[in-house]
Amino acid sequence: MLLECLVREGVECIFGYPGGVTLPLYDAMYDNPIRHVLVRHEENACFAAQGYARATGKVGVACATSGPGATNLVTGLVDAMMDSIPLVALTGQVPTKLIGSDAFQEADTFGITRSCTKHNYLVKNIHELPEVIHEAFYIASTGRPGPVLVDVTKDVFQGQVHYTPVTSIHLPGYKVHADGHTGQIRRAAQMMWEAQRPYVYAGGGIIHAGAHQELRELVEILDAPCVNTLMGLGAMPSNHPNFVSMPGMHGSYAANMGMYNADLLIALGVRFDDRVTGRLAAFAPHAKVIHVDIDPAEIGKIRNADLPIVGDVRRVLQKLNPVLRELEPSMAARNSASRRAWWSQIRAWKEEHPLTPATSSTEIKPQHAVAEIDRLTRGEAIVTSDVGQHQMWSAQFIRFNHPRLWINSGGLGSMGFGLPAAIGAQFACPEKTVVSIVGDGGFQMSVPELATIASHGLPIKIIVLNNGYLGMVRQWQELFYNNRLCSVTLDSFPDAEKLAGAYGFKGRTIEHVHELRPALEEAFAENGPYLLNIRVSPTENVYPMVPAGGAINEMVLAQPQPVAVP
Amino acid sequence: MLQTISVLLENKTGALMRATGLLTARGYNIESLTVAKTLDPTLSRMTIVVDVEPRLRAQVIKQMNKLINVLQASDLSESPSVTRELLLLRVRAAAEEGNNGPRTAILKEAEIFGARVVDSSVEGFALEVTGDTEKLDEFIDVMRSYGDIEVTRSGAVAVSLDPKKLRLSPPVPRGAEPTTVNVES
Ligand SMILES: Cc1ncc(C[n+]2csc(CCOP(=O)(O)OP(=O)(O)O)c2C)c(N)n1
Ligand SMILES: [Mg+2]
Repeated sequence: MLLECLVREGVECIFGYPGGVTLPLYDAMYDNPIRHVLVRHEENACFAAQGYARATGKVGVACATSGPGATNLVTGLVDAMMDSIPLVALTGQVPTKLIGSDAFQEADTFGITRSCTKHNYLVKNIHELPEVIHEAFYIASTGRPGPVLVDVTKDVFQGQVHYTPVTSIHLPGYKVHADGHTGQIRRAAQMMWEAQRPYVYAGGGIIHAGAHQELRELVEILDAPCVNTLMGLGAMPSNHPNFVSMPGMHGSYAANMGMYNADLLIALGVRFDDRVTGRLAAFAPHAKVIHVDIDPAEIGKIRNADLPIVGDVRRVLQKLNPVLRELEPSMAARNSASRRAWWSQIRAWKEEHPLTPATSSTEIKPQHAVAEIDRLTRGEAIVTSDVGQHQMWSAQFIRFNHPRLWINSGGLGSMGFGLPAAIGAQFACPEKTVVSIVGDGGFQMSVPELATIASHGLPIKIIVLNNGYLGMVRQWQELFYNNRLCSVTLDSFPDAEKLAGAYGFKGRTIEHVHELRPALEEAFAENGPYLLNIRVSPTENVYPMVPAGGAINEMVLAQPQPVAVP
Repeated sequence: MLQTISVLLENKTGALMRATGLLTARGYNIESLTVAKTLDPTLSRMTIVVDVEPRLRAQVIKQMNKLINVLQASDLSESPSVTRELLLLRVRAAAEEGNNGPRTAILKEAEIFGARVVDSSVEGFALEVTGDTEKLDEFIDVMRSYGDIEVTRSGAVAVSLDPKKLRLSPPVPRGAEPTTVNVES
């Protein structure tokens, strides 16, 4: 019956790992059209389901058994919560009559996951199951998306009840504020034309809402500069003339200076994350803020909004853009001179400190490797990343032309995310090139999933930017702890060719610059999976950098160079 | 200053934990908590008294309103409201031969505070009294002067006196989409 509900929700693929109490479910799966992908660790079931959801916008489904299976999902649930990813997690629970008896593999999954989910359920009565499943999918995918967990007891799994279609669900406390307030939208349009230095700050909400077209329209009508946050990369095509780049801790000089100097921030589907704002007092100090978000709790949470609009950003922009057009003839000319000056200022910042990948003739710079991947994928491939320096370099140097191509763990920053997310993305988009750029640290958290990749022959290109360090932590130890490097050295890494070979696919390690291009070409030309381990400069740091709690207009632009003594 | 939050929520497993969990996750200690069914037995009304930093209060209310089981959370410290608490108090005052001194005095005081005697024995009395927090504190102080006491307080229950907030039936959230949806496509 559970599977019947899932089929009706349009589920095609579940990522999971079986166990004692989910045996009846797996027995039912034996002859059901839904595909079950056996991952090698439940955490990765959640990450893979997220990869699936992030690549498509559909609800990802993860499944685990009771006790240890369920607790292994926790990181993935929190991760989905932080990045607002629609996910339904199904877990098995011990039989109803054993709950509370410390039964074998019993854990209070409902209690443990309460704060890791948008909502969760414990189902002890089979008659409740269909409604709960439909509610779970509805909650996960509407409003601000998020993970929903359904914990189902073994006896419910075993129950044989005929599925009677659920025709409606009732959630009296669930409020989705989708349409923006018309009056507010009008006022917003007015403010936008009145601004002299407008600046569009667009984030993950644009991707979730599928509002990229509307965003582009808005930016073009206003001819305003636009930045995309780490979660929003791809919302504006990176080759668009109005796209500045990513703001924040490792954002570009121009993006941050623009943020600092703007007189109007048009904040769309963003949450003023501390990695973007730096020290709040110094964040966009001259700007009024228009904040559009579907979650009323985000408005004014960090930065007060001069003009709040609660609503689905796509619907809001669909209402706003025509108003902007309507006001254009009467208002556009007003500030055109100052807006031209604003643009030339932004261009000047871009030229002053452009975001260009470091290269070297003697060693492979990680930035160089990322730029080469960018050259080969041309902003069209799905790129999943793990967490660390390589993530930041990927965000800086891969130029995404579409939404849902850039998949990374932004809010939680979970190492071990990149590889399983690529698995989910590849299942969701079998025809697409999927590249997984990972660090040598994070990769080793995901090694078991090489088996999943191998057993399905997923043609994922796994690219390890191997610096021999937990690079991001090493960077902080170097910069803020007097270079007292402690527990950041990764001095053992498997031979990539042998490791991949052991799983039955191709792998290779390179360390010379001249190998970089041909090796990447070989990897991309390969029909199956490929593991390319690139030995990059070990002590490269990510710049520009706004140190935690620093002001965004006081970036550290590059590694202080030793002064040559003549 | 303490904040009084009134929450209308579904009468379902986990709903209470979700609402209070928002506070505990932020490290706030709940001073008092009462919860009971409303006229509509599928809903409960909860009154929470908690010490939240003033600048975070609006955020806490918004987060509560986001909970799927919560129909409405509101901050009663912001608007006119009445808060009452019930106190059950036992005081030891043994009847002594020929001298009823403290017992009579206790009953006098109880009358002043509007307390009722719910049990009387040779050992002493059990009294019940309602009032705001300060009144109950005072009552406790007074009773303590007569002998050993044992006290159970209900925690605050509160109701808004805002004319707009008078609601005989469960409120329908404004500006929200219908929450009953058709799942058959
Ligand atoms: C699960 C988890 N543990 C620890 C961290 C803290 N952390 C952030 S980046 C990082 C280093 C990652 O090293 P590596 O994967 O080699 O990537 P690099 O920074 O070297 O590119 C660590 C340990 C984390 N983000 N996630
Ligand atoms: Mg590393």
